[in-house]
Amino acid sequence: MSRPMHETYDVVVIGAGPAGIAAATTAAGNGARTLLLDENAGPGGQVWRAITSTPVKQPSILGEDYWAGRSEVEALRKSGAEIIHGATVWSLDPSLEIAISIGGGSSFVRAGRVIVATGAQERPFPIPGWTLPGVMTAGAAQTLIKNAGLVPDGRLVIAGQGPLLWLLSAQILRLGGKIDRILDTTPRGNRGTALPRALPFLTSPYLVKGLKMMREVRRNTRIVKNVEMIEALGDGQLASVRYSAGGVAETLPADLLLLHHGVVPNVNLAMAAGVRHEWNEVQLCWTPVLDGNGQSSVEGIYVAGDGAGIGGALAALERGRIAAFAALKALGRNVPAGGEASARSALGRAEKGREFLDLLYKPAPQFRIPQGDTIVCRCEEIRASDVLKAVETGATGPNQAKAYLRTGMGPCQGRLCGLTVTELMAKARGTTPAEIGYYRLRAPVKPVSLNELADLPPDTDAIKAVVRE
Amino acid sequence: MYRSAIQDDRPPVQIFIGGQSFTAREGDTVAAALLASGLDVRRATAVSGAPRLPYCMMGVCFECLVTIDGVGNRQGCLIPVAPGMQVEIQKGKRELGK
Repeated sequence: MSRPMHETYDVVVIGAGPAGIAAATTAAGNGARTLLLDENAGPGGQVWRAITSTPVKQPSILGEDYWAGRSEVEALRKSGAEIIHGATVWSLDPSLEIAISIGGGSSFVRAGRVIVATGAQERPFPIPGWTLPGVMTAGAAQTLIKNAGLVPDGRLVIAGQGPLLWLLSAQILRLGGKIDRILDTTPRGNRGTALPRALPFLTSPYLVKGLKMMREVRRNTRIVKNVEMIEALGDGQLASVRYSAGGVAETLPADLLLLHHGVVPNVNLAMAAGVRHEWNEVQLCWTPVLDGNGQSSVEGIYVAGDGAGIGGALAALERGRIAAFAALKALGRNVPAGGEASARSALGRAEKGREFLDLLYKPAPQFRIPQGDTIVCRCEEIRASDVLKAVETGATGPNQAKAYLRTGMGPCQGRLCGLTVTELMAKARGTTPAEIGYYRLRAPVKPVSLNELADLPPDTDAIKAVVRE
Repeated sequence: MYRSAIQDDRPPVQIFIGGQSFTAREGDTVAAALLASGLDVRRATAVSGAPRLPYCMMGVCFECLVTIDGVGNRQGCLIPVAPGMQVEIQKGKRELGK
């Protein structure tokens, strides 16, 4: 595994999904010394995962939106950007110093401008039994298809809502897999609130494809609509899924339950760098406060892609390009005329109808705010009732709850409980998520061993700070 | 829980899961290989010993923590298999020295 070739770069891009690929290609292609860092073994992020290595070669299976990534990766490779995979960024600070762990060793680089393109993660889906082996996210199953050509075997139930759920279902069917039941959790009332925003969606590139895919899945799968309760049951392993729809409950035997309630920005690195975030009441998540170029509240740090607010792969590409153009200009470089304008108009097209999707697929409260002994924090095994007890004892927000309970202090650092704890505490205290706030995140944003820290090259300032003269 | 759905022409990569040989494919992540193996690869949590399997497969949830070549708490979903790799399922906390 290679370490960065230089100590300083004009532009460092973190994350090699659509936004990061486009940003690095644009920055390097216009002469900036550019470093692209990515945690995975190859480029693509989640949407184009394993684009250079997938064993699923037949183009119709993963679909044209997947294979569109190939030309972007080719452009990246020709751009002259230095690309390091298997590189985990564990710190980014306001002075634009970046700590990177590669192959068990850490190093630092400095950047003139940083483009954070760390993308999205699936929204926590805290239902009873969601920690049982055999319960996974829909995205996890899709990763297994792309990375290794694996499809679910045995009795499969898919539950939730949103575009990815239908795409994944179609891909499983195309690969000869079988889906026993889809439990559609889209709340009945969402159609009413989404409908007034439907007009822009009619011209969205996603509409025709989406409808076609839903038809493809419906032909071959039994779908239950208006599902209002789901539980995963089993002793040490998933055995069945209990659900209710329209007040009628049923229990299905199951070997695998895939959950999906849309995606939310992966905020850990940007928040730890001090980037200001706000509660987004439509997307029900934290989004960074950005200007039209993706410039955040920290001078020199841009956020592009789904990490800037969920917009999908096409929007991510353009946001990546726009951030890179802004970074180039800030560094005093010439940028080609017209490039930025065309990125902006493409972004406008890509974002059409997003609000409709957000409103239509806004998850119901009972799937976001669990009750009783449902686990909220998977790492520390903290339950909803524990959080409510902490509120009764006087915890005013997630950071106090953390001190009482250790919620968010496990290895995932709140990624799978943060939104739940915020919304749960807001409801219990009769206030808003914006008022309750989020965990205070700090570097290292991914676990690093003490051994690795001890091996860091000695720094004169650091030595002076701890050694008595 | 998972099976291969395609004609896989990627080169085979032999790894060891708890000492047992398994043929993965080049490019597979450790977590994908574990799920494809058909073996019982459930880890036990450090807090209560509850059984778990990978949940997100994208580096977020840390449910795929595993010991690889003697180093504990590695995220199996981010690391590709390599020939001769020794994978141990973690039962409980990472052990000292691992």
